[in-house]
Amino acid sequence: MTEDNCLLKKIEISVSEAEKRTGRNAMNMQETYTAYLVETRSVDPLNEGQNSPPDSLWRRYSEFELLRNYLLVNYPCIVVPPLPEKRAEFVWHKLSADNMDPDFVERRRIGLENFLLRVASHPILCQDKIFYSFLTQESGWKEAVNETGFQIKADSRLKAINATFRVKNPDKRFSELKHYSDELQSVISHLLRVRARVADRLYGVYKVHGNYGRVFSEWSAIEKEMGDGLQSAGHHMDVYAASIDDILEEEEHYADQLKEYLFYAEALRSVCRKHELIQYDLEMAAMDLVSKKQQCEELTTGTVKTFSLKGMTSKLFGQETPEQREAKIKQLEEQIDEGEDQLKVKNTENKEFVRNAWEDIERFREQKNHDLKEALISYAVMQISMCKKGIQVWTNAKECFSKM
Amino acid sequence: MRRDPWVSPAGLLPAGGETVGGQEGAGRSVGGGGARQPSVAAGAAQQLPSVSAQSPSLRRRNCSAAGQQEGRASTRPQGAPAMAGSGGTPKSLPSSGQKGLHDIHHPLSSSSSTTSTSSWGVGAEEPPEGSPRPATSPELLLHSGGVGDKDLSLPNGTPVETSSPASSSSLLNRLQLDEDLDGETRDLFVTVDDPKKHVCTMETYITYRVTTKTTRAEFNLPEYSVRRRYQDFDWLRIKLEESQPTHLIPPLPEKFVVKGVVDRFSEEFVETRRKALDKFLKRIADHPVLSFNEHFCVFLTAKDLSSYKKVGVALLSKMGESVKYVTGGYKLRSRPPEFAALGEYLDTFALKLGTIDRIAQRIIKEEVEYLVELREYGPVYSTWSGLEDELAEPLEGVSACIGNCSSALEELTEDMIEDSMPVLREYVLYSESMKNVLKKRDQVQAEYEAKLEAAALKREERAGVPTDVEKCQDRVECFNADLKADMERWQNNKRQDFKQLLMGMADKNIQYYEKCLTAWESIIPLLQDKQDTK
Repeated sequence: MTEDNCLLKKIEISVSEAEKRTGRNAMNMQETYTAYLVETRSVDPLNEGQNSPPDSLWRRYSEFELLRNYLLVNYPCIVVPPLPEKRAEFVWHKLSADNMDPDFVERRRIGLENFLLRVASHPILCQDKIFYSFLTQESGWKEAVNETGFQIKADSRLKAINATFRVKNPDKRFSELKHYSDELQSVISHLLRVRARVADRLYGVYKVHGNYGRVFSEWSAIEKEMGDGLQSAGHHMDVYAASIDDILEEEEHYADQLKEYLFYAEALRSVCRKHELIQYDLEMAAMDLVSKKQQCEELTTGTVKTFSLKGMTSKLFGQETPEQREAKIKQLEEQIDEGEDQLKVKNTENKEFVRNAWEDIERFREQKNHDLKEALISYAVMQISMCKKGIQVWTNAKECFSKM
Repeated sequence: MRRDPWVSPAGLLPAGGETVGGQEGAGRSVGGGGARQPSVAAGAAQQLPSVSAQSPSLRRRNCSAAGQQEGRASTRPQGAPAMAGSGGTPKSLPSSGQKGLHDIHHPLSSSSSTTSTSSWGVGAEEPPEGSPRPATSPELLLHSGGVGDKDLSLPNGTPVETSSPASSSSLLNRLQLDEDLDGETRDLFVTVDDPKKHVCTMETYITYRVTTKTTRAEFNLPEYSVRRRYQDFDWLRIKLEESQPTHLIPPLPEKFVVKGVVDRFSEEFVETRRKALDKFLKRIADHPVLSFNEHFCVFLTAKDLSSYKKVGVALLSKMGESVKYVTGGYKLRSRPPEFAALGEYLDTFALKLGTIDRIAQRIIKEEVEYLVELREYGPVYSTWSGLEDELAEPLEGVSACIGNCSSALEELTEDMIEDSMPVLREYVLYSESMKNVLKKRDQVQAEYEAKLEAAALKREERAGVPTDVEKCQDRVECFNADLKADMERWQNNKRQDFKQLLMGMADKNIQYYEKCLTAWESIIPLLQDKQDTK
């Protein structure tokens, strides 16, 4: 990975704040939304001591979405980093599914920052002008994006749906990758669903223990010898019940890491779809060329190899004049030359795409293995600290009980 | 001179009552640690009335006790409130172990003392309580001399009204009783095991084997083994309540399990009940008074209970009378402050205990559901690992780790169900038993107060308090004493049981977390090594 020209070497990027705002939308309807403060600060390696003050601007989630759509269209062979979820998914009862919930907004802020960092650290994406102006130019950015006309290109994506079913010789590597992304998406979403339920239950187990805190303290009031022990054990039960909030809050971060890869699966699929589209175009061009060549051959040799309506009519109504035939052959030969050129271009385009896409997929794979391992380690570390906390609390409680 | 309430049953003895002043010494023996030892002593004493028959420790206690006893007897003012000698303690007990409790009957009990002796088949000619106690004061001998007459004069099943129990024990005695509980003087060991299902044409039921090992002379053999079913235990408890109305009888497990439809013949249900029945008998066997109850002995030894069961419910008795006073709208002038406090304590305790029981059940429910989710969670990582190459091993590791945690959780939950829940159950039932005993006490007090009032009216005409009122007063005092002793015992047991329960709970949780900790720590290197080699 070439990181020398990486944008992150030149500037620092952060999404430092989120703010609730009220405004009017296109329909002139009142709406409430959240704006995020994007801060950038150029890092000058020559005089590190005095960094320039940060530039900052406000962006809405929808602008992040626009940026991503733009990247998606303009970099079809790149696994474009996903945005954090628009709405909270895989929530368990304590988490709010409300878009305006402060916890949700906070997690989204982290997610958006992560998105910007991922783009900025990507060897190709980081050089994009539109991306740079997203970070630095508050006004007029939207117009600039739309001027690129990416939406017109985006429309062609619709054809991709057809392509999937028509590609005759799909690239085995890409169909495997597509299969993998489907599986990955389903396994991670299953995992997240179950984890939400696990968190729910774990929360329940801890919180019900909190009731001991209250009842022990009430009970201690009527006991003589046992009183003190019960009272302080009750305190430890309160601590135990309260500890789960932090534990699960931390675990939510792990869930977010998994979610990013859940959405990455979709990005992978998008690359596969674009490849299918290119492959489809290539196959169409090749087929066209083949049929033209065949026609040409029929005309020159005068034999009809395949039974066709045209052949029938020519037999019934007599042969065309040699002049007509010559003209047709000439026209076809021109088309064939053109087609061959086109096919060559498409072939190169395809090869180029495959090469570039595969390079990025390899990069993505490495990133994924690294990230997920990190995530698993931090998950295990979280579990370890939870176990230690549990042991600590129960050891304290036991000491109280033993004094009863 | 008033006699010790524990002894009060000795009032049944003809020799007892007003005539024998020094009675208390002998009677008190019944209660304390000595009471648990008496078989040895009594048996030996029959032939050889020498101290040597006793264990050294006992001897020591008796000697010192005898000394104290004399001094105390002389100084105690007449009519001192019954202080629940409750069997006294080894140190202050003049004749510990000397006298079998079984033949001592409470004035309130509906069955007679003679039945007990004969049914035990022990000491019919020379009842254990009669056996002279070497190291004790002359009063004791005096008492024992009277015992012989008692058997002759008292017809079976006749309630004895001549008793005039008096209190003589000290607070010290009661406090020390508890220590004795843990002493090594235990001589009656009862276990309930080996449940068997019986299928008859009429009904299907479970019997349990009740094995008794004892050195008490009241038992002909050192070991018994009988089979009993739940209704036999039920019979025993009813009999104990009848014959020991002033005592706190341990609770039986509920006849039907509270929670919905439970298979009565399922292994878990039978095992839980077996444990509860075992606990029930052990609690009685450890009790200084109840363990000498004739019905208990019959229950442990008789090959066939049915003949005893047919004897029927001879429950005429004072209780019926007392109830009248209470139901008749008579209000207690005042509960003695200690019992008022006890009543309040019990109300709160039952309330808190109920809450704890519910919390414990809820935790188990939450844990079971948590386990269900964990069992699904682990395998998802395993499925994922099938998709990956480099990540396969770490993911598989996490999956195995979650599997280990699930097993640890399952163990924790099972331990909770087996260890904690029965204790909580028992104490929920115990608090009910205690409320009942407390109610009975109030009835007896009510009767006494009513009679006292009636007497006060008459007193203007005739001087002197009628003996009837005195008897009533004795009963109240003796009830108070018994109950207080049992409460002390119960409080101590409760403290021990809950201490054990809660420490066990903490231990189980610590173990659970330690297992999880080990599991998670073991996969860290697996995750990190891969990272480094990359």
